[in-house]
Amino acid sequence: MSAASPTGFVSDWDQDGLDTDEMVVNMGPQHPATHGVLRVELRTDGEVVRAARPHIGYLHRCFEKHCENVDYPGVMPYADRMDYCAAMGNTLGFALTVEKLCGIEVSPYVQTVRVIMAELQRIASHTIAVGTYTMDIGAFTPFLHLIRDREKILDLFEWTCGARLLYNYNWVGGVSHDLPDGFIRATRDFLREFETVTFPELLDLIIHNRIFVRRLSHVGVCSPELAISYDLTGPNLRGSGIARDLRKDFPYSGYESYDFDVCVGTGQYGPKGSCFERNWVRVVEMRESAKILHQALDRLEKTEKADVHEKVPKRVKPPKGEIYFRSEAPRGQLGYYLVSDGNINPYRVKVKSPCFTAMSVFHHLAKGMLIADVIALIGSLDIVLGEIDR
Amino acid sequence: MDATYDYLVWLFPAAAQWPSWLVTLVITALPALACFTFMSLGPLVYVYAERKVAGFMQDRLGPMRVGPYGLLQTVADTVKLLFKEAIFPRKVDRKLFVLAPILVNVGAFMPFVVIPWGARLQPADLNVGVFYVSAIAALSTVGIIMAGWASNNKYALFGAMRSAAQIVSYEIPSLLIILVPVMLVGSLSLLDITQAQAGGLQNWLLFRYFPIMPVAFVCFFVTGLAETNRAPFDIPEAESELVAGFHTEYSGFFFAMFFMAEYTEMFVFSAVAAVLFLGGYLAPHPALQQVGPVAMGWFWLWFKAWSLMFVMMWLRWTLPRSRVDQLMYIAWKVLLPIALVLVVLVGGLVLIPATANGFPWDRYVAWPLTLLLVGFLTLVMIRALRWDKGRARELALPAGGAAPARQVAR
Repeated sequence: MSAASPTGFVSDWDQDGLDTDEMVVNMGPQHPATHGVLRVELRTDGEVVRAARPHIGYLHRCFEKHCENVDYPGVMPYADRMDYCAAMGNTLGFALTVEKLCGIEVSPYVQTVRVIMAELQRIASHTIAVGTYTMDIGAFTPFLHLIRDREKILDLFEWTCGARLLYNYNWVGGVSHDLPDGFIRATRDFLREFETVTFPELLDLIIHNRIFVRRLSHVGVCSPELAISYDLTGPNLRGSGIARDLRKDFPYSGYESYDFDVCVGTGQYGPKGSCFERNWVRVVEMRESAKILHQALDRLEKTEKADVHEKVPKRVKPPKGEIYFRSEAPRGQLGYYLVSDGNINPYRVKVKSPCFTAMSVFHHLAKGMLIADVIALIGSLDIVLGEIDR
Repeated sequence: MDATYDYLVWLFPAAAQWPSWLVTLVITALPALACFTFMSLGPLVYVYAERKVAGFMQDRLGPMRVGPYGLLQTVADTVKLLFKEAIFPRKVDRKLFVLAPILVNVGAFMPFVVIPWGARLQPADLNVGVFYVSAIAALSTVGIIMAGWASNNKYALFGAMRSAAQIVSYEIPSLLIILVPVMLVGSLSLLDITQAQAGGLQNWLLFRYFPIMPVAFVCFFVTGLAETNRAPFDIPEAESELVAGFHTEYSGFFFAMFFMAEYTEMFVFSAVAAVLFLGGYLAPHPALQQVGPVAMGWFWLWFKAWSLMFVMMWLRWTLPRSRVDQLMYIAWKVLLPIALVLVVLVGGLVLIPATANGFPWDRYVAWPLTLLLVGFLTLVMIRALRWDKGRARELALPAGGAAPARQVAR
């Protein structure tokens, strides 16, 4: 086999010259710790990984092609299914993209509702990310503690729109259902429990655990330069110490009026950009999301209730043109490139997926690691294969 | 043997007239049968306990469906595993593949031969008891490597190699620490070691040479965690890294045998640690050694072993897994120096007549301090439990009355 492989980047991958003491291991697509149907081809020398090549595409569902054949509201359920751990973020991005193209301006009430949903979803998504990460490292208990709180968020979602995983909640020009009566108080109850119980417990139980820190604090260090050159976004980028958050830098949906901090890796236990730092950013982001939620709930009480379907057009028919819009999904910058030819269905939809770019740095960081660290690296990049493959 | 003979004659006076071959057969087979039954059925209870402990720690109930409080869950699981097909992948080495779980079980079961459950309740009192336990328990490593190799699976091989490296490394500090109680007592027999601790709590080896023996006990416990492949040292079967490690390819009853061996090893290790440091079958106070006509030795050893097993479960559901290199670091750079220092220290102190039976303050400091610590920990646990319940009540009824019932369509 020649060095020039279809994927191009693995010039050091030469199976003809495979030494007898090296072994090729297929990790995945059915493996408990690859977070979905990711296949990683590892060339191992004992426990040390000499080279790692990720293979993606096992969950490819033709999202972008599907979009060309349905109308704009019809894209929403498909967008839900990209990053199934954070469906609200996906649909919010798409709704904002189409609204920008159509020139629709939603009411402040709807904006606040959207922010509440997006931030609840961010907490839910990060509980999954952090929880499964601790499980990758071998601790099972924090995962279940976090899942317990995620269930409460899903209860809130179900109460609002009837779905627990894929909501079809954000519509072009509004949201599908208004918040039910009592939602604000129920959310406050949840936040109180999350902030007073689960979050401190999480920090005590696992995040500052000595074994956990020692496992991760010097592993998979991604320098800021490397992170930028591979286009890491979201918590992965912020873990390297770069304070880049679209909610702050290019605010949308009224994020500019909320007071919150952009969490970055602090380098408290080791170099910035390590697996620990990426995970740490997710942990503290949950707290920041709770902060935003408190403000949004206060605002919701003061804002006059508006019809959430007020601006929803009967037929979404954007003018001819193209647009690129990105928003800060829980896993990073989610960008939609949309071409409209003036019809009711998009001419072309292209998604810039944060997990896909996160995966691209994997082979670089995985080289020379131990097998256990490869698992830690995959988990710390927090990939969702539904979004990588689309 | 003699004890078994006496029991036999006590039960069946006619046995005194039996031919000698029959007597030999019976007194050999009976303890073996008893031990084997105890060991085979033990994992049912251990697994149930483990799942309940895990549920307790993870804010859930654990098994609740099969039988009252899920008591029959493990029985149902065993029946399922017994009747499931044992799949042999095409390229496995069938002979070794079958032999491996047997060897692992031999390594797990055989140490029972020398564990004393009472002054005369011991299948065989070998004069090299501790040595025998370490030697025979290492057999299961061979079984694990064999399983990894015969499976013809890369993950299994990884698991096997990790297991070999781990157990071989941890055997060394483990054996050195075992030397400490052996030096104190001057015998390798587990019965002798137990009886040297007679007279109540203050005579347990754990409380001799106050700061030294507790350290030895903790180190021994850590090596035990590593040798039984328990978290945080469960890297040979690290599920998130190696799928299931060395038993990836096993199914049905062969898998159940590995499972059985793992839990039996846990119990054996706990029992041996109890014998070496916690007085074995001896009660904390001599008055508790016998309740009426019933000798309670078996209960005390069982109780001590279970307490240690609970700690092992506790650790498993609390701690993350350590990495291979960190594991080796702990073995070679932390435990081994400590073990060497302990051996030299205790070896020297035993030679000085004034300290041959411990420091003078042991009697007054060590075990009251330990009791205080245990009491404190119990209190903390009880308070945590009560706090949990109070918190649940408080959260269920927030200030300003309960939140309106959510209308969730199910």
